[in-house]
Amino acid sequence: MIIAIASGKGGTGKTTVAVNLAVALERPVRLLDCDVEEPNAHVFLAPGGDACESVGVPVPVVDEARCTACGACAEICQYNAIVSLKTKPLVFPELCHGCGGCALVCPEGAVTEEAHEVGVIETGRAGPVAFVQGRLNVGEPMSPPLIRAVKRHVRPDAINLLDCPPGTACPMIAAVRGADVVLLVTEPTPFGLHDLGLAVETVRLLGLPLGVVVNRVGVGDDRVHRYCRAEGVPVLMEIPDDRRIAEAYSRGELAIDAVPALGPAFVRLFEAVAERLGAQPAGEP
Amino acid sequence: MKLCITAQGPTLDAAVDPRFGRAATFVLFDTATQEWHAVDNAPDLQAAAGAGVQSAQNVANAGAEVVLTGHCGPKAFRALSAAGIQVVTGVEGTVAEAARRYMAGDLDPTDAPDVEGHWAQA
Repeated sequence: MIIAIASGKGGTGKTTVAVNLAVALERPVRLLDCDVEEPNAHVFLAPGGDACESVGVPVPVVDEARCTACGACAEICQYNAIVSLKTKPLVFPELCHGCGGCALVCPEGAVTEEAHEVGVIETGRAGPVAFVQGRLNVGEPMSPPLIRAVKRHVRPDAINLLDCPPGTACPMIAAVRGADVVLLVTEPTPFGLHDLGLAVETVRLLGLPLGVVVNRVGVGDDRVHRYCRAEGVPVLMEIPDDRRIAEAYSRGELAIDAVPALGPAFVRLFEAVAERLGAQPAGEP
Repeated sequence: MKLCITAQGPTLDAAVDPRFGRAATFVLFDTATQEWHAVDNAPDLQAAAGAGVQSAQNVANAGAEVVLTGHCGPKAFRALSAAGIQVVTGVEGTVAEAARRYMAGDLDPTDAPDVEGHWAQA
């Protein structure tokens, strides 16, 4: 089972839900931090272990001795990552999406590919929680290749929780794609509501089942709840606006330790998700 | 000398566009004949990334030898340099004024980009 924890708006509590759910279940789960631009689930879990693998995307390397400056490589590239200005081609690795088109079209076989590291994957363990995180190298603009590499650590027969990047753009889509269910964490504020609407539309386009977790209930108003009712989106959990949760978070501690009643609430969230999945074939909206 | 002046519109009266990669228009001006024509840069204006690199290719294909613009980032600068095109940054006013100032010897080419890339370190 793959549960993706995402949100339109950042800072609504994705990581809070992911780490507390992982620990509250008190059984073997896998937590994959796919928010590779700023992974922070490790702060709350302090996982032991330091296995690290490098993740690269293939970028072109030009053998200038064989290149005839025909420009075919630049013509095929949709991202301007390789350009030919009636000279030997220039390569801009940070723009390269790694499609390999330039190497395919080069009539001289002058273009080969070599790995350009975009980030690393670190794995460890915190009690029953098997932990995996991606960490994008500073200055790398494209996170989806690393997110997809993190997701290769998903084990279909296990409970996999994905802490996803915020937003509704390529990184978020790369993270939630293929999940059995997407939990959208929001807050009852105008920004929370606005970005929840975008996220709901995105997840629906991907054809994935979804549920909402409303965090900080008590601030703002009831428009998020009204939106969910009107859209037929189930609210699977409400987390109260409680200063103890914020204080624990600021110390890198778990909310379920600060507010013990939250532990059973996260277990009920998981049961609600499992129940909905049982009633609904995976992959159908 | 063939100049490429980044412009906010396709006329000599248009203001110099301060951006190179996402300039609205390129005005190509021949200092020998005073002839000019405008090239629409709209496709690059819309590019998600790599606009500067693509614009550099367009400018090179148009046969320009000098670019007069407001700012030029690292990737565009690298591509223009590879094509042997000089870059003058910090140019303001109208396209016609820019061309006149260049011909009067008022504008010197730069040897480095004057701004950072938008979303990646070069």
